[in-house]
Amino acid sequence: MSGIFYDVLADPFLQMWQMPDFFIQVLWEGFVSGILYALIALGFVLIFKASGIFNFAQGIMVVFSGLTLVGLHALGVPAFVALIITLGVMYVLAYLVERLVLRNLVNQPDIILFMATIGLTNILIGGGQWIFGGETKSMITAELMIPTGSSVWEPGGGIVIFQHIDIAAALIAAMLIVGLALFFSKTKVGRALRAVADDHQASLSVGISLNQIWVITWFAAGIVALVAGIMWGARSDVSFSLQIIALKALPVLVLGGFTSVPGAIVGGLIIGIGEKLFEIYWGPLFGSGVEGWFAYVIALVFLLFRPQGLFGEKIIERV
Amino acid sequence: MKDTTQGYVAEDGRHIGGVMMEMKNITLRFGGVVAITDVSFDIREGEIRAIIGPNGAGKSSMLNVINGFYHPQEGEVWFRGKKRPSMPPYEIAEQGIARTFQNIALFKGMTTIENVMTGRQLMMKKNFLWQLLRLGPALDEEVKHRRRCEEIIDFLEIQAIRNTPVGSLPYGLQKRVELARALAMEPKLLLLDEPMAGMNVEEKEDMSRFILDVNDQYGTTIALIEHDMSVVMDLADRVVVLDYGKQLADGTPDEVQKNQAVIDAYLGVEH
Repeated sequence: MSGIFYDVLADPFLQMWQMPDFFIQVLWEGFVSGILYALIALGFVLIFKASGIFNFAQGIMVVFSGLTLVGLHALGVPAFVALIITLGVMYVLAYLVERLVLRNLVNQPDIILFMATIGLTNILIGGGQWIFGGETKSMITAELMIPTGSSVWEPGGGIVIFQHIDIAAALIAAMLIVGLALFFSKTKVGRALRAVADDHQASLSVGISLNQIWVITWFAAGIVALVAGIMWGARSDVSFSLQIIALKALPVLVLGGFTSVPGAIVGGLIIGIGEKLFEIYWGPLFGSGVEGWFAYVIALVFLLFRPQGLFGEKIIERV
Repeated sequence: MKDTTQGYVAEDGRHIGGVMMEMKNITLRFGGVVAITDVSFDIREGEIRAIIGPNGAGKSSMLNVINGFYHPQEGEVWFRGKKRPSMPPYEIAEQGIARTFQNIALFKGMTTIENVMTGRQLMMKKNFLWQLLRLGPALDEEVKHRRRCEEIIDFLEIQAIRNTPVGSLPYGLQKRVELARALAMEPKLLLLDEPMAGMNVEEKEDMSRFILDVNDQYGTTIALIEHDMSVVMDLADRVVVLDYGKQLADGTPDEVQKNQAVIDAYLGVEH
């Protein structure tokens, strides 16, 4: 029995059925990278919701925060102190972006603000290389007390390996997402953030300062970037090529909707798990390297049939 | 014209106090376009003040000057006895000026009660960590403000839509939620930009009643823009008339109605 239909529709599922432990392993790895995609996408969503800006610099913010952390530690600063200082650096960055960029470009067309974030990207790349150098660095994983071992699970004679760092990444990301969700729904500042996302003028009229909210959202996006930087850095290394991974957030956003926090999470998981499954079980049909383009094809399909994404607000123009 | 420098007694016997807000020789330009030319008037404590005029007269621009969306090139704004420097709208909100919008600006993703709660934003001072935990002082604060908001919701008779997302509400109710949000700020001066635009007769009557009740029960000073002349004549204590950004008249509804310039520019025109 063979033929294209068999290869596409039957054989992959047969393989999953025959080697369930390997299937679980693939799912788990997909899940972890999905969570990390979601984390990066979340940074985009925060800023997009509050100010309608697609922040091209989110990827480099991940790299920049990781480099700052590692760089500070290399200067002899204890790991957790370095972590706190890095948080401070991300706050200063948010403040400067608001003061020097957003405030001066208020009411400009979106494309201008988008271009400004490309400029910001270049500044952070140049500045980052100037301060920290261009070479790859390893994340201070052990110093931050992130576990590095692995556990083996043997379901029914099979074998599934869980890297502790992946478990930690999943837990920390989950905690951050829950924390942000609570912050948005329960606090006064969170309510103000949602208000600004809905209507700028009305927000001003009830006494909400847009400038302050922008600093807070960029800082929140900076925190998310730092966590993503630590986790990605711990799994691979901290280098400027991490930016490319951040681009994966784009299909995640197309899938989940640019304005939806749950969308970013679900989109991240679908892309993460989907591309791993596709790579392993359908990849051989295409040669290899499926992981590189799978996400973008999914995004393309969504753009054709459901441009607002799974959770995004439906675009209705009143005529 | 009635001397109004020391306060006066309104037609219905309410006592109107001294000057709360004074606009002195306001001129507002956008590039080469002059939206408002040398307009001066005052708003008194406890008064219902109307700003009327044909389309493009500069009424909304004037409201935007009062709440700080626009900054006039010339003239002075005096509020509660002090000259007000140019400041952003959120600081003016802090001074006790609330408003509604001509084209309804609600937070569409939120429910009615959440929208109204945003009006309490400036009064909530507790640390966000307490708020996050929903404990201690933050909980007391939240409960206190929530209770106040529920009172306002009862007052405006929108209890039934308390937990409805506002985006799905009919137009008339959205206007009422917007008024509730402004009232939640407990403003000293409430600005209403065409509160009855697009409403049917019944809705207009309801809204008129609410505006009078707000003024009566909370003592809130109100400045409103309205197109419907009969509504203005019923509600307003004094009326300022604008046309092409210039001030045509200022006085009681009766005085304004008799003013020939006003009749020519506005009232006399058949629609």
